[in-house]
Amino acid sequence: MKNSKLASICLFFTATLCQPSGAINTPNVTNNEFNPAISLILDGRYTDLDMEELSFPGFQLGGEAELPEKGFSTGHNELTFSANIDDRFYGSATIPIVYQEGETTIELEDAYIETLGLGQGVTVKLGKFYSALGYLNSIHDHAHDFADRPLVYDVLIGGHLSDTGVQLRWVAPTAVYLGLGVELTRGSEYPGGRNEDNHAGEGIFVKVGGDLTPAASWQVGLSHYTTEFDVRQAGAHHHGGEESLTDNELRDGEVDLSGLDLVFKWSPSGHARERYLKLQAEAFKRDESGQAVFFEELNSAEARYSGEQSGYYLQAIYQFAPRWRVGLRHDVLQADNSISRFVDNGIDEQEFLQESSIGEGDDDPSGWSGMLDFSPSEYSRIRLQVGRLEVDDESYDSLTLQYLMSLGAHGAHTY
Amino acid sequence: MKQHLVCMILLCFTTIGFSAPSSAQIKVFACEPEWHALAEEIGGDHLSSFSATTAQQDPHHIEARPSLIAKARSADLIFCTGAELEVGWLPLLLRQSGNSRIQADQQGYFMAADQVEKIEVPVTIDRSMGDIHASGNPHIHLDPYRLLIIAEAFTQRLLALDPAHQQYYLESFEQFKQDWQRALEKWQRMASPLKGKKVVIQHSNLNYMLDWLDLQVVSNIEPKPGIPPSSRHLASLLTTLKNDKPDLIVVAAYQHDKGARWLAGRLDVPVVKLPYTVGGDDSVNSLSLLFERSIQLLLEGLNHGG
Repeated sequence: MKNSKLASICLFFTATLCQPSGAINTPNVTNNEFNPAISLILDGRYTDLDMEELSFPGFQLGGEAELPEKGFSTGHNELTFSANIDDRFYGSATIPIVYQEGETTIELEDAYIETLGLGQGVTVKLGKFYSALGYLNSIHDHAHDFADRPLVYDVLIGGHLSDTGVQLRWVAPTAVYLGLGVELTRGSEYPGGRNEDNHAGEGIFVKVGGDLTPAASWQVGLSHYTTEFDVRQAGAHHHGGEESLTDNELRDGEVDLSGLDLVFKWSPSGHARERYLKLQAEAFKRDESGQAVFFEELNSAEARYSGEQSGYYLQAIYQFAPRWRVGLRHDVLQADNSISRFVDNGIDEQEFLQESSIGEGDDDPSGWSGMLDFSPSEYSRIRLQVGRLEVDDESYDSLTLQYLMSLGAHGAHTY
Repeated sequence: MKQHLVCMILLCFTTIGFSAPSSAQIKVFACEPEWHALAEEIGGDHLSSFSATTAQQDPHHIEARPSLIAKARSADLIFCTGAELEVGWLPLLLRQSGNSRIQADQQGYFMAADQVEKIEVPVTIDRSMGDIHASGNPHIHLDPYRLLIIAEAFTQRLLALDPAHQQYYLESFEQFKQDWQRALEKWQRMASPLKGKKVVIQHSNLNYMLDWLDLQVVSNIEPKPGIPPSSRHLASLLTTLKNDKPDLIVVAAYQHDKGARWLAGRLDVPVVKLPYTVGGDDSVNSLSLLFERSIQLLLEGLNHGG
């Protein structure tokens, strides 16, 4: 009796212990197999700057326009998750983790879904995404060829225009690439502002491109964006070190932004591994108007404001040897603003123009940047960049040493 | 004004969207010249094929440029290698094309590497090992046996996509198969002096052919896949190879051969530049010429080397 009990216990254990060995041979499908592609970009820098504060007379700054931190900093560490959701949708989210001035913040750069092969060349994108405005706007900073964005992007667009809404794109059934698209968004991101309905942003874009020879390709884009808003907070001109209670607003405003972008790429026989040349130029024009209001403690001033601002940049990147590239960029900005019906509540017109950044400077701001980078592999890059900015008869030099590393899935980059 | 523009664009979407494609030919988007050539062999006039890359380009490093988006948009069938060879540009192209016919779950999506077994499938993967492919070596078209399997699978796909021309596709595949098998015997006879010879390669892109011809790969000029050799790496390679001299150094036409030439000069070993794909050499304008010419070049190299 006892023996048979013991035998049955032994049998039970043998049976249970043997079971897993059978399971090893069956296909091992776990939830892990369906993980999205995960990529982490590590961006670290050392920056030397003359400029104390990013400010350009004639331009109300906003969005992400700001100077990089001096000395050592970790820039944008970007975490991206992406995957085909099913046979109909693709999804992606990019979450930068930014450590700045002793604080860690988590941002949402984009989080969108996109249809897969809807047919007839149509694609619909929903969520928070980078607008297809211009050329660089929809390209993440780590894939830019310089450590910083062109001036015109920082000043007129606030770094990137990333807003929430819907984008409809269509590729024409033509031999030469023709892409058309429209976007409807909240319109609340800079250069827009808070609006009641959250659907005030409208964008439209056209892109044409093709190959000249197997060695050379090109793309030209035209885009337009417009939005209306109740209030836009803009960065005011600060006096160095002086803390005061100021508020710089544009009320009942509207903004129109038009862009033209050109890209040309060349490599011997279209084999870009050894050498390539990339030329790129973009120009933007921004018309905006509204009621400009400036407060400083108990005093204030306001006026009808109408501004016409524009800017462009030209850049060339040359890979002269495998893994080594040099680049040069020229930036120019221009402002032509006017005010009317000025009301002085303790702040005179001269001070108002200066403090609200509406008054233009004597010269158009401009800059030059040069960079040299080395990429030990496809996944790593080390960059040295020098720059000089000319604002109102003053020149500001900068130097950046940067590393950019890509961990995990390495998604394809757009043209 | 603004709303007018939006309406006009929407109108364009609908009008052009509903006009049916007029051409009866199957439009094939081939990622590489070898698949372009194979598609034409089997499909003949019933399809029009386009190759996204040339033999002078590295298929790992292509951009999803505007002209390719335009081509992918109109394609009925996309014929690529797969196995992550095109991972840097094909997924993006598929997403941007807005074309339902060529998405991964459709009949119009045909990956050659899915049809055959791969060699060199890594057991562990880490980026410190260089640019390796998790699914194994993707340069499968250089094995003539695998190529025949792919040709048959591709024919089956054409039958499914275009049943109206079934007879044509079947006959042209039979013809291709017969010619191929006859050529195989000839190539094997031609290549017999190559058996067991020692070669140095620059990247694992020729391994299927070298395996088939029984050549022995003794060293790789790239320290790791996709990483160009440093002068220190070349120097250490030279020391090792001096004691055990290879018979040939073999590189593909699209590759930078500076390192290979440097090594060859010091070892007094010939460098053989293989066409790698159709168009890699002026005389190579078909798949059978690709194999014939490659064997010829290897034999010539061997004779030169003494």
